[in-house]
Amino acid sequence: MSSLYQVLTPAGELTAAIDGRLDESMMINMYEQMVRVRLFDRKSIHLQRQGRMGTYAPFEGQEASQVGSALALKPGDWLFPTYRDHAAAIVHGQSMARVFLYWMGHMEGSISPKGLNIMPPCVPIATQMVHAVGTAWASKLQNEQHVSLAYFGDGATSEGDFHEALNFAGVFQTPTIFFCQNNGYAISVPFSQQSASKTIAQRAAAYDIPGVRIDGNDIFAVWLTMQEAVERALNGQGPTLIEAVTFRYGAHTTADDPKKYRDQEKLAKEWRSERDPIQRLRTFLVRRGLWNDAKEAELIARANEQIDAALAEAESYPKSRPEDMFKHVYAEPTWMAVEQEGELAKPAKKEDIPA
Amino acid sequence: MIRKLTMIQAITEAMDQKMAEDSRVMLLGEDIGVNGGVFRATEDLIHKYGATRVVDTPLSEAGMIGAAIGLAMNGLIPVVEIQFLAFIYPGFEQIVSHAARMRYRTRGQYHVPMVIRTPYGAGIRGPELHSESVETFFAHVPGLKVVAPSTPYDAKGLLIAAMEDPDPVIFLEPTKLYRAFKEEVPEEMYCVPIGKAKVVREGTDISIFAWGAMLRVAEEAAKRIEREQGASCEVVDLRTIYPLDRDAIVQSIKKTGRAVVVHEAHKTAGMGAEIISIINDEALIYLKAPVKRITGFDVPVPQFSIEDDYLPTPARVMSGIVETLTF
Repeated sequence: MSSLYQVLTPAGELTAAIDGRLDESMMINMYEQMVRVRLFDRKSIHLQRQGRMGTYAPFEGQEASQVGSALALKPGDWLFPTYRDHAAAIVHGQSMARVFLYWMGHMEGSISPKGLNIMPPCVPIATQMVHAVGTAWASKLQNEQHVSLAYFGDGATSEGDFHEALNFAGVFQTPTIFFCQNNGYAISVPFSQQSASKTIAQRAAAYDIPGVRIDGNDIFAVWLTMQEAVERALNGQGPTLIEAVTFRYGAHTTADDPKKYRDQEKLAKEWRSERDPIQRLRTFLVRRGLWNDAKEAELIARANEQIDAALAEAESYPKSRPEDMFKHVYAEPTWMAVEQEGELAKPAKKEDIPA
Repeated sequence: MIRKLTMIQAITEAMDQKMAEDSRVMLLGEDIGVNGGVFRATEDLIHKYGATRVVDTPLSEAGMIGAAIGLAMNGLIPVVEIQFLAFIYPGFEQIVSHAARMRYRTRGQYHVPMVIRTPYGAGIRGPELHSESVETFFAHVPGLKVVAPSTPYDAKGLLIAAMEDPDPVIFLEPTKLYRAFKEEVPEEMYCVPIGKAKVVREGTDISIFAWGAMLRVAEEAAKRIEREQGASCEVVDLRTIYPLDRDAIVQSIKKTGRAVVVHEAHKTAGMGAEIISIINDEALIYLKAPVKRITGFDVPVPQFSIEDDYLPTPARVMSGIVETLTF
């Protein structure tokens, strides 16, 4: 159980044959998506520093986990992200502009594109895992061929909802995939202090569901594992727990300083230079003659253009109106809401009050 | 033919008829299947609708409420039974952070048409934490509706309304009244609208506002005051705790000019405070005396040897009425 499933080594070499299960266009797509979201992530941090965005949760380092897993979904599947999984949401079809909007504090940033069930980023830890059991259960009861994918971090595995979700999913054999990005830290607390169990994958045994521990920086391992989990789910064989071992290079959020709780320079350098998910796929693709500098430059230019366009869209989005907060609390607004909304129109400042 | 049912029978009938009519309705809970629920609210429903629609879940409030949120978002209408209100706390986060907010967070894209049913209140000689009345927790959270019937007729009609409501409804069933009396309940399906109070006794001197098991206490007090003091008491069953029926409250005050609120929940920040606040806002000039609250105390609901001393009694309510009338 403590062994790590790996297909593509950090040196960009295959450890196992992938015959037929991954074609070249898919590999290129994986690479392009990872580069695209990394540029998005870096841009977001800059925007936060410039005061153009609120607090932001970066994911750099975790691209293989998020991109590889989201690529295994089909429209109609349910995606339950945490506040760090915007890469997964983008890959599954969420527009970058919406993700910007969310972090810019617009409620409309949570809206899922039509036909895709992308849930708003979940802030309380592990709570969305149970929802993914529910939506998957409903899919099963209604004979719909859809899976529900719940993302969570290593810290979530200490919460009751993690256990309740796994237990429910096991008992009712729901087509749910529990995808843990174990990045080693729950804000500042290392996994060694989070849990006495050596791995997260081993927890699956307690619920008698398949649990697999994979190299979360190896997008091939992520995607192949997800494919199997999806297949199992759609065949009525129930849930899977996937532990993707990865690392966030940066801080928990833009409000956090990782230097306080870990040897940031050493660790980030180690992971970035030795285990980076993008670098290893690039090495692999270049060796196969599928990638080169010209393509890279073209990709970066295209991605930056797309990010800039998304940013322009988000920044020109109409300013939220105060009355928007009263919408969508209930199907029909209560009399309290109607009246309280009316209070918005009353004078706000002393000098506005007529003498 | 006149057909009389207890409240628990009315509740069972509401679920039974709704399940027969709408295949999206499913029940989840602990012991609700083969056992029919600890109070037998779901008796025999598993035999009628099968174990995929009447589901005995693992012992996990967060699990069943959280899963029900997902089920509701994806096309079903789950009705969750929590065995006792004080057992709801492990699922509290799911209720307030998710069920209540899903419509808001997704700007109306997803909503959670679910019902959480739970027995509540004291007076049944239950063990510790089997007798709580913490409706305020839920009334405080935007996005939830909170309902507490006091009669079999209302229980059936309100529960059907709750199952048809597009928003999550916390459905509080006064445990003490489950089998306390029978009442004529129509055989057909009907709705009692959520958010509408009912004047159960007309009067002109004082209004008594109550809900759930306290309605009976209020009625008893009203009867005795009329008999012993000759004062005319109006009793209003609020039936819905959120949203409150402001018009009914204000109308009654305009008529009587005096009021007491009776609830078994703790006094501080209980719904009585909210009701008085509504009266202050809307009908202050009609008041002839301050509005009194006759409530449970600001102590944990005690174990049953002194449970009755915690609960408002007709005598306590009567003395509150007299104080108000003689202010």
